[in-house]
Amino acid sequence: MASCLRRYGRRLSVSICEKRELSTACEGQIILQQHQQLQQTAKSMNLCSAINQALHLALETDPRSYVFGEDVSFGGVFRCTTGLTERFGKNRVFNTPLCEQGIVGFGIGLAAMGNRAIAEIQFADYIYPAFDQIVNEAAKFRYRSGNQYDCGGLTIRAPYGAVGHGGHYHSQSPEAFFCHVPGIKVVIPRSPLQAKGLLLSCIRDPNPVVFFEPKWLYRLAVEEVPEHDYMLPLSEAEVIREGSDITLVGWGAQLSVMEQACTDAEKDGISCELIDLKTLIPWDRETVEASVRKTGRLLISHEAPVTGGFGAEISASIVERCFLRLEAPIARVCGLDTPFPLVFEPFYMPTKNKILDAIKSTVNY
Amino acid sequence: MALAKFTSSSRSNLLKPLTTVFSTSDSFRRPISTSTDPLTIETSVPFTSHKCEPPSRSVETTPQELISFFKDMAMMRRMEIAADSLYKAKLIRGFCHLYDGQEAVAVGMEAAITKKDSIITAYRDHCTFVGRGGTLLEVFAELMGRQAGCSKGKGGSMHFYKKEAGFYGGHGIVGAQVPLGCGLAFAQKYSKDETVTFALYGDGAANQGQLFEALNISALWDLPVILVCENNHYGMGTAEWRAAKSPAYYKRGDYVPGLKVDGMDALAVKQACKFAKEHVLRNGPIILEMDTYRYHGHSMSDPGSTYRTRDEISGVRQERDPIERIRKVILAYDLATEKELKDFEKEIRKEVDQAIAQAKESPMPEPSELFTNVYVKGLGTEAFGADRKEVRAVLP
Ligand SMILES: Cc1ncc(C[n+]2csc(CCOP(=O)(O)OP(=O)(O)O)c2C)c(N)n1
Ligand SMILES: [Mg+2]
Repeated sequence: MASCLRRYGRRLSVSICEKRELSTACEGQIILQQHQQLQQTAKSMNLCSAINQALHLALETDPRSYVFGEDVSFGGVFRCTTGLTERFGKNRVFNTPLCEQGIVGFGIGLAAMGNRAIAEIQFADYIYPAFDQIVNEAAKFRYRSGNQYDCGGLTIRAPYGAVGHGGHYHSQSPEAFFCHVPGIKVVIPRSPLQAKGLLLSCIRDPNPVVFFEPKWLYRLAVEEVPEHDYMLPLSEAEVIREGSDITLVGWGAQLSVMEQACTDAEKDGISCELIDLKTLIPWDRETVEASVRKTGRLLISHEAPVTGGFGAEISASIVERCFLRLEAPIARVCGLDTPFPLVFEPFYMPTKNKILDAIKSTVNY
Repeated sequence: MALAKFTSSSRSNLLKPLTTVFSTSDSFRRPISTSTDPLTIETSVPFTSHKCEPPSRSVETTPQELISFFKDMAMMRRMEIAADSLYKAKLIRGFCHLYDGQEAVAVGMEAAITKKDSIITAYRDHCTFVGRGGTLLEVFAELMGRQAGCSKGKGGSMHFYKKEAGFYGGHGIVGAQVPLGCGLAFAQKYSKDETVTFALYGDGAANQGQLFEALNISALWDLPVILVCENNHYGMGTAEWRAAKSPAYYKRGDYVPGLKVDGMDALAVKQACKFAKEHVLRNGPIILEMDTYRYHGHSMSDPGSTYRTRDEISGVRQERDPIERIRKVILAYDLATEKELKDFEKEIRKEVDQAIAQAKESPMPEPSELFTNVYVKGLGTEAFGADRKEVRAVLP
């Protein structure tokens, strides 16, 4: 898997977006950085280090940014926040008590005063105690105050997804719950390079964002990541593999599984186009639509249970837009409609073979 | 330590040699003596109370009970050490939290209540389960995800349950079990059968908002619930004082009475739980703060030595270990010899090894089990498309 992601890295390093869509407090700095970029180098690192670098940059470039969560000043359970307290002090990088609702609510308040609040929820499985704060407070603050208040500086980071043996409460993919909430953005990176650029965009985006990190890839995914400060655009999907027979859409850790399926399908003469959605809401319909218009077929894959997963939304939208172009029913290869199982994880997961089967049956429909 | 202070009433009534028991070895749980003559022993430290009169420091016990405390705790200890090795051998997957160091809480609590009372706890649940009468086989089989496990292999380390003994089990979300416990207590109040619920949580969990919400409800409706804060002084890597403005957890109910207990002293725990049960049946909730310690790291991925010193850990082992405390009492009262206690431990070791061997024989759950128990019937568990082919599960 790591080598597969490394390939992404090479391909992607050319497509880094230098566009800055945010008016941050440090315009001058950005220009300076863009200038310096030319001489700057990339370094091989894993996803965890890439996140760590993004956090360093976020804290460095904006003195009004804060990182907090359970055990983060010790580096966090995944070591993503290592070194931040030492560097920026315990007033900007600090541990919170164990109380997710408090963490997020606090972050909303902090952000409402014009700060960048970067909150960590230790596992996405533990975001539910904070669900109300995210859905009812964060997402609707701007709207219901007629734009007097907002918590755009809030970014909630949470590791999500399977790790092989995480069991019921260390494996879930709760992204779809949040995709039902206008007012927040949901972003999921697939690789170290993506993670750094997208996280910086999320932190600097003037809307509250939930940023899910594929924890399976924290150490596994390694690629060349530019050392400098860069951002990748939100709400822009990316075609990471071009093809003509079928379009595959996914996000996060699932992309490397899908990529393997594409490679295998190619051996059988099937040409797959693979799209990384990156931002789930608001999502880039155009890129997906354009691809499906070309291939006439669509497969969506995610780890979360199939029913009510975000794949359902993509599928419905594409049927609305491309009904006459579709040559086969849209396939969804997803987690099963069960709680995330412990011993049955291999059955539950949308594996390469399941995807490959679905590619074949869709193409041969 | 306060062990020196004994007020025995029946030193003459000592136990007969243990060897006969061991030669049969059919069950190490069999008491070595039937002596149930009362014995009064002082707790290590006085109780500290909040808004209530603390119970007496003099705890009534019997030789039989002391021996069973020793055996039960020694077994729990051995079981957790074995789980540690199994995890390292990758025979246990998932997340695994060990209880060694905290055994006196599970054992003392059981001594004060009956199986009609309910217990609910978080994910550090192996020993609480054993306290409720769970077997070693059920423990190891569950840990390894086998059919013979207490949750049929579907739960794993964090999800042990035992319905017939009122163990509402292991919960993964920190703090979430406490409101549930209050609901159990409400049902108990309704049934008027004089039973109570012990809702266990950690010092880290003590900062979750839902605890306070549940406490208010329980106090408002006088529910027979005992909130047991197992204060092992760390929530993962966070020392209590870093996370709690007031680490006096027994006082944090404000309007709810509380008691601080030496959670390393099984007799003190027993006394406190007995007191608490009587209290809540008459007056509504109470908080028991058990001052205890976990020897292992938080979970298997935590070496447990980065946020606390090795000296601290070995200091607690030397000064306060719950098993050693009971060992000293037994020896001081001459209820068994040192050798006999060692033999107990050897026997336990064997039992644990046997249970592990047996658990390894137990098969993994059937693949169709993936789809059972989601709903009463298999509704909504259909697998779509390619999945159905792959899984080949027989849908109910
Ligand atoms: C809602 C929630 N947040 C975070 C976690 C991750 N987590 C598991 S245990 C734990 C520490 C709990 O400490 P404490 O309550 O003291 O119990 P102990 O582990 O010491 O028994 C944390 C943060 C979780 N399981 N659930
Ligand atoms: Mg604790």
